[in-house]
Amino acid sequence: MTEGRFGKFGGQYVPETVMPVLKELEEAYKKYKDDESFKADVRYYLNKYAGRPTMLYYAKKLTEHYGKAKIYLKREDLLHTGAHKINNALGQALLAKRMGKKQIIAETGAGQHGVATATAAALFGLDCCVFMGALDMERQKLNVFRMKLLGAKVIPVSSGTGTLKDATSEAIRYWAAHVEDTHYIIGSAVGPHPYPTIVRDFQSCIGEEIRQQIKEEAGGRIDYLLACVGGGSNAIGTFYEFRNDKDVKKFGIEAGGRSDTSGDNAKTLSGAGEPGVLHGAYSYVLQTPEGQIVEAYSVSAGLDYPGVGPEHSYFKDEGIVKYVSVTDTEALDAFRRLSKLEGIIPALESSHALAYLEKLMPQTKEDEVVVLCLSGRGDKDVQMVAKILGEGIE
Amino acid sequence: MTRLDKVLAELKNQNKKGLFIYLMAGVPDEAGTIEAVKAAERAGANVIELGIPFSDPLADGPVIQEAGIKAIKGGMNLTRLLDLIKKIRTETQIPLIGMGYINNILHYGVEKFVKDFKEAGLDGMIIPDVPHEESADIRAVCKKEDFHLIEFVTPGTTVERMKETCSSADGFIYAVSVNGVTGARDGGAQAFGQAAVIDYEVIGKVAELVKKETNVPLAVGFGIGSPEAAVAAAKHSDAVIVGSAVVSKILQNKLGEAEKFIASLRTALDA
Repeated sequence: MTEGRFGKFGGQYVPETVMPVLKELEEAYKKYKDDESFKADVRYYLNKYAGRPTMLYYAKKLTEHYGKAKIYLKREDLLHTGAHKINNALGQALLAKRMGKKQIIAETGAGQHGVATATAAALFGLDCCVFMGALDMERQKLNVFRMKLLGAKVIPVSSGTGTLKDATSEAIRYWAAHVEDTHYIIGSAVGPHPYPTIVRDFQSCIGEEIRQQIKEEAGGRIDYLLACVGGGSNAIGTFYEFRNDKDVKKFGIEAGGRSDTSGDNAKTLSGAGEPGVLHGAYSYVLQTPEGQIVEAYSVSAGLDYPGVGPEHSYFKDEGIVKYVSVTDTEALDAFRRLSKLEGIIPALESSHALAYLEKLMPQTKEDEVVVLCLSGRGDKDVQMVAKILGEGIE
Repeated sequence: MTRLDKVLAELKNQNKKGLFIYLMAGVPDEAGTIEAVKAAERAGANVIELGIPFSDPLADGPVIQEAGIKAIKGGMNLTRLLDLIKKIRTETQIPLIGMGYINNILHYGVEKFVKDFKEAGLDGMIIPDVPHEESADIRAVCKKEDFHLIEFVTPGTTVERMKETCSSADGFIYAVSVNGVTGARDGGAQAFGQAAVIDYEVIGKVAELVKKETNVPLAVGFGIGSPEAAVAAAKHSDAVIVGSAVVSKILQNKLGEAEKFIASLRTALDA
């Protein structure tokens, strides 16, 4: 087993041109991850700039709605730029600074990771290029404009299917040509080693804070831990701290999309995927019987990625986390339910985790505790949801 | 001695530079691929690299990406490729090296792939998303079957890595001319942000270091789109690899032009 594997998953399946810069990143990360001044820097910006620690909120009305276990929401939606993505973007941008890189690049689907990266780049005075599928740029004009306001260049990608997986491939191709001065901030816990580890570490504050906060709120008891899974960065950040806690039942919720037909969902770990290699890592992947990658679909742009972080594949095979799915419709219902009951408009991604409460809650007991990672806020999704519900808000 | 070893040894004896031509299997179609292999050989190609289409080819620029999509749409897959290679082998004994991505091979099964394709007449594989660190298992299977697994060096390869690569090199060493992706730099379609001009002296320096480590021949590829570039790339190497510049012509159904272009590369390399 080579370094950077999670069981048999992970690895570094990239062109030789990229290998030297992965080694450089691996060494830099090894050097700085335990460096007190680096850690203090990361902590400073996470606390003072992004808004950590985020609240662990007892959702009383949601709890009463089900009349079973107590439900707590980890409020990553309250962070600057509106989602957990900023945890990783700030951490990696600071790492890029330490490495002496002048430019950062990123891929983005709906634009959330692109906005978070452009934000970090503006803050630390780095040039920023964001690769985005041409089709996604058309669908997410607001976020394209946001990134431009923040000083980033947005590069349209029309190769392949013109969506997130192609934007990721194009970012890697560009990186291969600019390895000397450029750091690639990958947006999820995916990609070649050391990315899945770096992203997990920068997101682990979520789970660590939950552990601390639940002591004050519920005497430390957690029975169920829920997070949505696309590439899996908020989920790995939530689960990692609890990976050895057998009493904590962990659920990763994927996008069931519009049907179980291939190409209609993003159920990479919950039934539709098989182990394979995409974007540098061996992990579960949506693919055809010939081994071609299948485009994923979900109403939520942050979940429609045909791969998943390799550590999740490991957690699946080891039975550490159970991976399930909910449909577009179930997620949209949950989106409206939380808005009405708690006055919180959740991201469509997080709505998938919320939708799973419908299945989980009837099985819980009143003295039990459920913690759900509310990974992002739904402002970005309201236009899309209005369209689906037939409400014109041009 | 394999077909590839034999051809490389002959080139060395004759003091000639090798010309390796990349073609995408299934472009313009299966019969057209066989015609293209024959045309390339007539024009003076010594080795054919046969591209295996993958939906997400990380090391390739726009031309090979387009060719891959066309091939997949046309139904090319490993089962049909196996059949295509058998057909090519009824026409020519030119060395055939596959160039494809690891996911397709893993899906087919590594051992089965090597056995089946060796038997069909393929002489080896180039797998651009399997760097040396990840290749141990595949290398062991290939070695057992006497099937070449081609290794890479690039402008950024450190001396330490280069030595490690050379120690297990087999067939030839693929020297990538530039940090970036495939695609002719003299006039072809290019991906955003790729180097517009290639200084072949950069990989030349790496090539000189490689020669001190091993006798395995070295072929320079990526970006070569003209006879002048081929000559510059051949200066420090045993062979040059030309792909996108040929494939772009075949994509436009201009096989005659592709053949003339390959002949012009041959003439320049022999001058």
